[in-house]
Amino acid sequence: MITITDIHKNFEHQEILHGISATFDAGKTNLVIGRSGSGKTVLLRCIVGLLTPERGEVLFDGRDIHHLTKRETTFLRQEIGMLFQGAALFDSMDVLHNVLFPLEMFSSKTYQEQLQRARFCLDRVGLSDAESKMPSELSGGMQKRVAIARAIALEPRYLFCDEPNSGLDPISSRIIDRLISDITHEYSITTIVNTHDMGSVRGIGEQILFIHEGRAEWTGTSHNINQASNPHLREFLKHA
Amino acid sequence: MLCKLLHTIGSYLILMRQTFTRPQRGSVFWRQYVHEFYQLGYNSLFIVILMSFFIGALLCVQIKINIWSPWMPRFTIGYAMREVILLEFASSIICIILAGKVGSNIASEIGTMRVTQQIDALDVMGVNSANHIMLPKILAMTSAIPLLVTFSIASGFIGAYVTCWFGGFLSLSDLTYGLQHSFESWHLWSGYIKSLVFAFIIASVSCYFGYTVRGGSIEVGKAGTNSVVVSSVLILFTDLLLTNLLMA
Ligand SMILES: Nc1ncnc2c1ncn2[C@@H]1O[C@H](COP(=O)(O)OP(=O)(O)OP(=O)(O)O)[C@@H](O)[C@H]1O
Ligand SMILES: [Mg+2]
Repeated sequence: MITITDIHKNFEHQEILHGISATFDAGKTNLVIGRSGSGKTVLLRCIVGLLTPERGEVLFDGRDIHHLTKRETTFLRQEIGMLFQGAALFDSMDVLHNVLFPLEMFSSKTYQEQLQRARFCLDRVGLSDAESKMPSELSGGMQKRVAIARAIALEPRYLFCDEPNSGLDPISSRIIDRLISDITHEYSITTIVNTHDMGSVRGIGEQILFIHEGRAEWTGTSHNINQASNPHLREFLKHA
Repeated sequence: MLCKLLHTIGSYLILMRQTFTRPQRGSVFWRQYVHEFYQLGYNSLFIVILMSFFIGALLCVQIKINIWSPWMPRFTIGYAMREVILLEFASSIICIILAGKVGSNIASEIGTMRVTQQIDALDVMGVNSANHIMLPKILAMTSAIPLLVTFSIASGFIGAYVTCWFGGFLSLSDLTYGLQHSFESWHLWSGYIKSLVFAFIIASVSCYFGYTVRGGSIEVGKAGTNSVVVSSVLILFTDLLLTNLLMA
């Protein structure tokens, strides 16, 4: 479970996040939705610790990521898997080595076991026949799937996805969504997904946080989102 | 302006402190190191040999045409050429050439990793990204440079022999005598010492510019250019300092 309280973030004296509080449960796909520029990516980067918020705290099952010792941070980071908006695969390595990389860096398994685990993850995302391809030879959707495989290689407890299906066709988007949702339930991971795709909201939105101009304006599920009374959310849904 | 300069120096030093820590996985580090040694060192060998060959040849020709006069002993051509190669060319000039070749390569590679979020991906995993990316490059560059300098000196001399042989304006024995005349081994060593410092400048400065890219492809391009300009100027500046220190 991840709890955030009163997150404030400024860029050059301009406040982007105006005190966001929320709870993200384990074993559920938690969606953060909002218009482009509403601050979803900034919020996610504050949660994973790539940005430091001016105020507020982020607790990973009680551990505040911004106030840990170096050792504890490194340890916590191994429990985090992240899928970036642009996949962010290492373009100097082939697909297999991309997935193998976190294992080589942190796992205490033998090389054979690491290889086995990497192949298992690739198989899980349905790409076992692409293991010797370079990232530049893959389509956008395949790159995202490799990135998911890399994110789950170390069996994370927390998974973060920034717009996992931006730039993908509806069918590939649903495949990625299913994958994220299945993995979340299988391993009881705390998953946070940023999206403005209504398909994802209806498909995998078990818990939804709507943010508008840096404020958390509504929380709920995909079942009661249509009954929401928040004017900004209604506007958002109307155009979706 | 001054404020910005101090800020840059400060963040450079902080980045270097992050870089010079123990690698998290030795095996991964060594693999990267060998790869970078090949990329930065071995792949620069050809251009270094080619340039040094021609500079050696040109020096001989220029000295012969423009400086040499009948009252100078014939071997001065070889002597002057040797000193130029050992003292400045094989260390400083080669490093400036490498700043163009290797520096822009490093800066744009790391800059691209930054804008495509590969560095963020490393950070999120808990990898010390500065150490993981930059340490192998800096160490590979500094350990490859003595070899490159050696090859540069050798091929400069070969260039001189070849022109003398074909040009026929100086006998090979005069050239050999000149090359050996009142040789001071310290000049050779000071060249190596300088080149080590320069190699560190090239690698670390261009890593810094690449690592601190913010934005997109335009900034990556700028980082490449900046790293070449700044490291070349820094090389010449430290050359002045070191020459005074080492030769005094
Ligand atoms: N590094 C930065 N420096 C300055 N401003 C920034 C920075 N990163 C984001 N912003 C600003 O923060 C705001 C929120 O951006 P953010 O990337 O979080 O939007 P988003 O909700 O993820 O949008 P999208 O759906 O398009 O990805 C934007 O107005 C943007 O200009
Ligand atoms: Mg975003």
